[in-house]
Amino acid sequence: MSILVNEDTKVLVQGITGSVGAFHSLQMIEYGTKIVGGVTPGKGGLSVHDRPVFNTIREGIEATGANATVVYVPPPFAADAILEAAEAGIELIVAITEGIPVMDMIKVRRYLETSKSRLIGPNCPGVISPGKCKIGIMPGHIHKEGAVGVVSKSGTLTYEAVGQLSALGLGQSTCVGIGGDPINGTNFIDVLEMFQADDQTEAVIMIGEIGGTAEEEAAAWIAENFTKPIIGFVAGRTAPPGKRMGHAGAIISGGKGTADEKIKAMQAAGMLVAPTPAELGTTLKKAYKG
Amino acid sequence: MQLITHQTGPEGQKVRRLYIESGADIDKELYLGFVVDRETGGVVVMASTEGGMDIEEVADKTPELIHKVAVDPLTGLAGFQTRQLAFALGLEGKAVRSFGKLVTAVYTAFVEKDMSLCEINPLVLTGAGTIVALDGKMNFDDNALYRQKDIEALRDSAEEDAIELEAKDAGLSYVNLDGNIGCMVNGAGLAMATMDIIKHYGAEPANFLDVGGGATAETVTKAFKLITADSRVEGIFINIFGGIMKCDVIAAGVIAAVKEVGLKVPLVVRLEGTNVKEGKRILSESDLAIIAADSMADGAEKIIAAIGKA
Repeated sequence: MSILVNEDTKVLVQGITGSVGAFHSLQMIEYGTKIVGGVTPGKGGLSVHDRPVFNTIREGIEATGANATVVYVPPPFAADAILEAAEAGIELIVAITEGIPVMDMIKVRRYLETSKSRLIGPNCPGVISPGKCKIGIMPGHIHKEGAVGVVSKSGTLTYEAVGQLSALGLGQSTCVGIGGDPINGTNFIDVLEMFQADDQTEAVIMIGEIGGTAEEEAAAWIAENFTKPIIGFVAGRTAPPGKRMGHAGAIISGGKGTADEKIKAMQAAGMLVAPTPAELGTTLKKAYKG
Repeated sequence: MQLITHQTGPEGQKVRRLYIESGADIDKELYLGFVVDRETGGVVVMASTEGGMDIEEVADKTPELIHKVAVDPLTGLAGFQTRQLAFALGLEGKAVRSFGKLVTAVYTAFVEKDMSLCEINPLVLTGAGTIVALDGKMNFDDNALYRQKDIEALRDSAEEDAIELEAKDAGLSYVNLDGNIGCMVNGAGLAMATMDIIKHYGAEPANFLDVGGGATAETVTKAFKLITADSRVEGIFINIFGGIMKCDVIAAGVIAAVKEVGLKVPLVVRLEGTNVKEGKRILSESDLAIIAADSMADGAEKIIAAIGKA
């Protein structure tokens, strides 16, 4: 069945009139995603790629029946766009925007507790169920429909994993980028719960990176609850302490958040851990196909 | 003098300025910290009676001596929470009120100024029963500096790595490391993974460099210049998995950069993803001595081998 998005997902694009939003809207349409419209305040009535633009997300949902939205709005306005979508109660919000202030995300995350919307991201590549629906910025053509679920903090490293899987003939059920920011909408465990319940997903790759303890918490949860073959990888074994490695959340601070601790936790949970990023596909194959 | 703490890393940081506080009549030294906590998704305030010490060590060895309250962003820090902390620290009488006032004020500043960390260590209880902050440290959220002009104005470029600063101005994310293989990668996760694989094959990366998703030929040229300006760099590994970023753009940028600054060390380029065929064609049709790699592992092995021969 895949998780989060499928052939019936109808998507609005927040920020569709911007250059990034317009470019990726076209990519998504070409992939086969049902892009039903866009939202840019003050530009209601225009159209982009033959899709109507609305002033508010509520209008967009009413007119199109959209059940998902993707946010390409610039950082100073992105939190507001997410709040607007959550207030309208849309099922899925995928926030691509990188660089949203953490204080804004603290408010957003608290607000989401009162909303039925699920937020993926921010600062993530998005979600794709190959062959069905692509929401985000990932290159569609490297994916292949199949049975491996991918969940990751990183964008391009996810493409690396997917590229390796597809080259081995292993397709993907759904690939979810949860983003590398300290405060995000959906964590590893949320996605793993969905993969556990999903018939199409038979095995999973989980890709973490330095910073925080999300990988350790997920590993502990996996040991108790996850029954499908799952392998891991953690980027940043060579990252020096105290230096932020690109992502806002990727920092070893006070000796915490190291790759080695995360790898140890994954191994303790019985997971195989890919020794190098070049062995994501082969390690998954070993755990999955033996 | 070189200051070495948990936050600076083992090499430490040179102290260029001192702030001198007048002597205080210290009865007790306390610790007060504010952090953005990933688990609760909000600000957590921490206080401890073990002030003046290395708080990481306290957290490690005697975590029960660190008291925490999580702040709900909807209500802000509540009065009862500051009292909880005050009583946990063993404060009495007017010190409880004085402590509450200070904690509330710092919390307000934390939120309004977009801090990501604030530590007051030591926070002291004076003989007169008042609370005074003797030393403090604040980190600010880079992503919010656009709305914190006064904080941005405090930036002291003398305290920062010159190359890292130059990279930042060019929209690149760069961290200087100790090795001899320069890296140019798109995406933070892949950039870290590229450093890891270089190390796995027995060499050391000279830098972390994420050119980002929206890089142009100009950004690539700038990145290339930064890497080649580092005299320790004996070889360069460019590892690109094009998503938003198109491989042909990268290829054109690399060629432009090589033509402009010259190529004195071996260069391995691995391209994958969007417009990869076009990108590879552009590189192979150039008459530059670029070594093409088919995968990450292949690229790491090739650059290490190339340096070995050089």
